[in-house]
Amino acid sequence: MAFWREIFSSITALVAGAFIALLLAVSLFGPLLSPHDLETMNWDRIGEGPSLVHWFGTDEVGRDLFVRTMEGLRVSITIALITTAVALSIGIPWGAVAGLSGGYTEQIMMRIVDAIYCIPGLLIIILLVVVFGRNQYLLFAGIGAIAWLDIARIVRGQTLQLKDALYISSARALGANTFYLLRKHVIPNVIGPIVIFSTLMVPNVILMESTISFLGLGIQEPDTSLGVLVSDGTQVMESAPWQLLFPGVVLALMVWSLNTLGDRMRMTSQTSQVA
Amino acid sequence: MTQFLLKRLLFSSVTFFVIVTAVFFLLRAAPGGPFDGERQLTPEIEANLKAAYNLDDPLIVQYGSYWMGLVKGDLGPSFKQKDFRVSDLIAAGLPISVVLGTGAFLLALAIGLPIGIFAGMHPQSLLDDAVMALNNFNLSVPSIVAAPVMVLIFSVLLGLFPAGGADSSLHYVLPVIALAMPFSASVARLVRGGVRDVLVEPHIKTARSKGLSNSRVVVRHVLPIALIPLVSYLAPAAAALLTGSVVVETVFDLPGIGRYFVDGAINRDYTLVMGVTVVYSFAILMFNLLADLCYGLLDPRIRVVD
Repeated sequence: MAFWREIFSSITALVAGAFIALLLAVSLFGPLLSPHDLETMNWDRIGEGPSLVHWFGTDEVGRDLFVRTMEGLRVSITIALITTAVALSIGIPWGAVAGLSGGYTEQIMMRIVDAIYCIPGLLIIILLVVVFGRNQYLLFAGIGAIAWLDIARIVRGQTLQLKDALYISSARALGANTFYLLRKHVIPNVIGPIVIFSTLMVPNVILMESTISFLGLGIQEPDTSLGVLVSDGTQVMESAPWQLLFPGVVLALMVWSLNTLGDRMRMTSQTSQVA
Repeated sequence: MTQFLLKRLLFSSVTFFVIVTAVFFLLRAAPGGPFDGERQLTPEIEANLKAAYNLDDPLIVQYGSYWMGLVKGDLGPSFKQKDFRVSDLIAAGLPISVVLGTGAFLLALAIGLPIGIFAGMHPQSLLDDAVMALNNFNLSVPSIVAAPVMVLIFSVLLGLFPAGGADSSLHYVLPVIALAMPFSASVARLVRGGVRDVLVEPHIKTARSKGLSNSRVVVRHVLPIALIPLVSYLAPAAAALLTGSVVVETVFDLPGIGRYFVDGAINRDYTLVMGVTVVYSFAILMFNLLADLCYGLLDPRIRVVD
């Protein structure tokens, strides 16, 4: 509890937390508040500005933009969470095994990480899209396949620090194998910093997904995401700028809040470790 | 130092080799041939087409001849844009992307360096807060939102700059700014952190007590060390510039290689996508090597360790 009180003692962190709560709540329950649904096209109200009936206006085929933006937000958040889970489940064992084994195994494992790290993530994902065609699951896998690199590096660093601790050597002396050490000692010890790093990974993943969808290589109609909405909005921004601005602002707000809160969490955990 | 550089050179070469190999076989293994989606071809025509593109050779022979071509700077024919070779397409797009990238890089340094140094020298000042706020803003407003909004404000509403195309130097103003923005904030933040860390070190106190002027202390003693974080940012920055230029070229309709890459990906033009990947990877690995070289030159400790 003290940890959370410390975090929210900063006004910005409080504001960021409030935004996250608000956006999450609205994306989950918002569609219930609005009489409109995702798909219905209202040909009488094409490209209308914001009004009391359509809070964010309507898009080029008369669909309610508020409902679509909330749906887009939910898709983006879902992708971010799944991808983060993928990244954690590859990155933690990889880094921990590399750190514990040492020697050539570690060298090779970390060189692989370095090599993939050289190539921009967007490039890898676009390549995967070209090879396997466009689909959402590929997007999860592709982004996860890049995001785990950071996790692996952090976990390895943490594991190296733990490696020579007395209780690890004792466990080894008593005949514990690598798997046991990982499960009992290493992973429980590295999980804290990793959780905090993950909060900073979520906004990056949201940005990555939006960018790919914006380029027309990610989520496709009739599904939507914030990147798709921003891309659609860009097409008509001269006549209907709100179609760009509403999804754009929601995207920026979500990313800003997550970044701010994540930063604050990281700083707080560092100072409390020192104290 | 030499040994360190040689090691890095070896690592880069191996990485490049692995990237080209992986991409080659990945794209060859992809479902669907390059001529799908057109009229149903008779087997004879398809066989002729395959022969024309050397697709009837065994895979390993194709792989070999791709390398032979690569060494000569030939990346093969484009699968979708008939009569064009990938090298020619890239040669047409590369100057535009290079101008865009270099412009953004220099602009980002020109903005980020002075602000970062000043903010680092004056902690808790107004500018210091502003740097952090700006950095946060730039991290949060992605270029897919910022770039269209810039077009909206400066081209549509104010009519100051053309909205798209690459016909005159005026066309490059907005794209360069859009690409440089997030980058300048990162530069400022890194330099600020670097300067702040160095200022508390004893050798700065020594320099000051010798009676050196403030500017001399900064130039001679603070900067060489404070810039190291910036140098290690060079390689990720190159990657970020490439990624950013793909988005910026799409928004501003600049026919650079980022555009070719996205169009190639949408049309599944395998050879074009592969060609651009090869060029991108090469550029990034070069940046990595350059960063390593600067590293060694700036920080004597690295020369000793390895």
